[in-house]
Amino acid sequence: MEATLPESGAVSGAPPRTRVARRTRSRSARDAWVFVACVAPNVALIIAFIYRPLISNIYYSTLNWSLGDRYATRVGFGNYVQFFTGSDAGTILGTTAIFTIATVGGSMIIGLALSLVLNQRLIGRGFARATVFAPYVLSGVGIGLVWTFIFDPTTGALSDILRGLGLSAPNWFGNPHLTLLMVIIVYVWKNLGYCAVIYLAALQAVPVDVLEAASIDGAGAWNRFWRVTLPLISPTTFFLLLTTILSSLQAFDLLYIISPQGYGTNTLMFATYYQAFQASQAGYSAAISTILFAILLIMTVIQMVLIERRVHYR
Amino acid sequence: MTASILQSPARPVSRRRRLNRSSPAGYVPLILSAAVIVIPLLWMAIGSLKTSDEVVTQRLVLVPSHPSFAAYQTASELVDFPRLFLNSFIVTFVGSLVKIVLAITSAYGLVFVRFPFKRIIFLGILVALMVPSQAALLPNYTFIASLGGVNTYWGIILPGLGTAFGTFLLRQHFLTLPPELLEAAEVDGAGHFTRLTRIVVPVSRPTIATVALVTIVTEWNDYIWPLVITNSQQMMTLPVGLTLLHNTESDPSLYPVMMAGAVLVVLPVLIVFAVLQRQIVAGLTQGAVK
Repeated sequence: MEATLPESGAVSGAPPRTRVARRTRSRSARDAWVFVACVAPNVALIIAFIYRPLISNIYYSTLNWSLGDRYATRVGFGNYVQFFTGSDAGTILGTTAIFTIATVGGSMIIGLALSLVLNQRLIGRGFARATVFAPYVLSGVGIGLVWTFIFDPTTGALSDILRGLGLSAPNWFGNPHLTLLMVIIVYVWKNLGYCAVIYLAALQAVPVDVLEAASIDGAGAWNRFWRVTLPLISPTTFFLLLTTILSSLQAFDLLYIISPQGYGTNTLMFATYYQAFQASQAGYSAAISTILFAILLIMTVIQMVLIERRVHYR
Repeated sequence: MTASILQSPARPVSRRRRLNRSSPAGYVPLILSAAVIVIPLLWMAIGSLKTSDEVVTQRLVLVPSHPSFAAYQTASELVDFPRLFLNSFIVTFVGSLVKIVLAITSAYGLVFVRFPFKRIIFLGILVALMVPSQAALLPNYTFIASLGGVNTYWGIILPGLGTAFGTFLLRQHFLTLPPELLEAAEVDGAGHFTRLTRIVVPVSRPTIATVALVTIVTEWNDYIWPLVITNSQQMMTLPVGLTLLHNTESDPSLYPVMMAGAVLVVLPVLIVFAVLQRQIVAGLTQGAVK
């Protein structure tokens, strides 16, 4: 429509053409202002509070500095050297890896199993779907508190039940491995509904005729699942794998509520908080969060490349 | 009978066949998985109605013998719950409102207003969706603290206002609107403001509602930022105030009080979710990155 206007002006003579051109120019200038008014506040906020911190963090990570101090000393890569040569690299990276792999694997596998249950035409499956998703939207603090109550070694419901069965109740808070296991269980419980609902949508998009064809060819339910359904929903598996890794790496509130000192649960994210706001080592915290960011960046790039490829395939 | 067979298309028949195939045994895992989710939440509610004695015993008390709201009262004496609730409400309301308005205007600008470099700007917003906000904790703290934002509402709200998620979701929706809708209004001489408020917003109400719901729930549950930017009880949000209850007292007899606090933080979201679960699930699974 824009292109036809000047042309028709040209046919009827020169003066209208310039008038139209002027009008178009003034309108596009006005449009530019409208665009700036619409988009600039949001973009400014995103730059100030999402992009700028990434650069600040890299700068802070070269300082020996604690929060509230007016002066800091430059240490170059000292904080990174401290991290990788000390015992922290092993424990923090190890804890992060165990927590991430266990929570991602747990919520995806249980989520997939659950989506198969929810995909059957049963009465009340809509209610079950909503119920299973509910913990995902609830406050991690509230959820953390209930599970602290349930796991309490002397007065908790789980301990009462275990004792009732004649078993001994472990002290979940006294052993770092058990504390980590407990946090993993709670995290999976809170997040598996997300995986289940996304898998459910994928399952419902699997064409019925393909499954029926496989069935006619003599494939049993087991074979149909492994040979037909699972390959067909593999893009969803990729997507979930990367999104859940990203959120597991950033998990904080459950960890902090269940184990406030990071005993057994000292992940990169937890250490970022703890070193800056509890241990007065802001520079060291910045180095840890820069390492965390580097890992997240790699994950995001992998995700983008994979999505790109998926789009090209179609 | 023959007529009904002829009329019914192939699909319902195959569906019925599949329906028959799912046996009643399928109910066992369905009920089991719902129970695994419901029981801990129920336990929270029951726990909040118990007395300290019923919690301290090593015997499993399923139903409190004298259910009472005493724990809620004790909780209110230990921390100022009305104040925490008010803080959470203000932060959630103001934060969400601004975020939604920013998301609508940004998406409108990106879709309907002519401007060079629009693609690059959109890409910048899209990438922000993938940048972990958690890694920004320390620099945002030093920045807000230097502006005097510790223990203020604006200090809690401001860093979270930039919205990549809402902008992205609304932009995708605006792109699906028929262009004729706006061209007609433009011919009639309607300016951008009129087009936005009279046409785009009214026809996009369901998507805006979805974005709004997800934003409200996220703001209400937000924890790590309010935790670091507040240290006075007067300015804490509900989840942060609850931590106070948990950290200062490790006495098991206080569990009913903690459960009462947990119920207060979880219940509003649970009620909203019960009523509007379709939109919330759709919103959270669409913009699945954050």
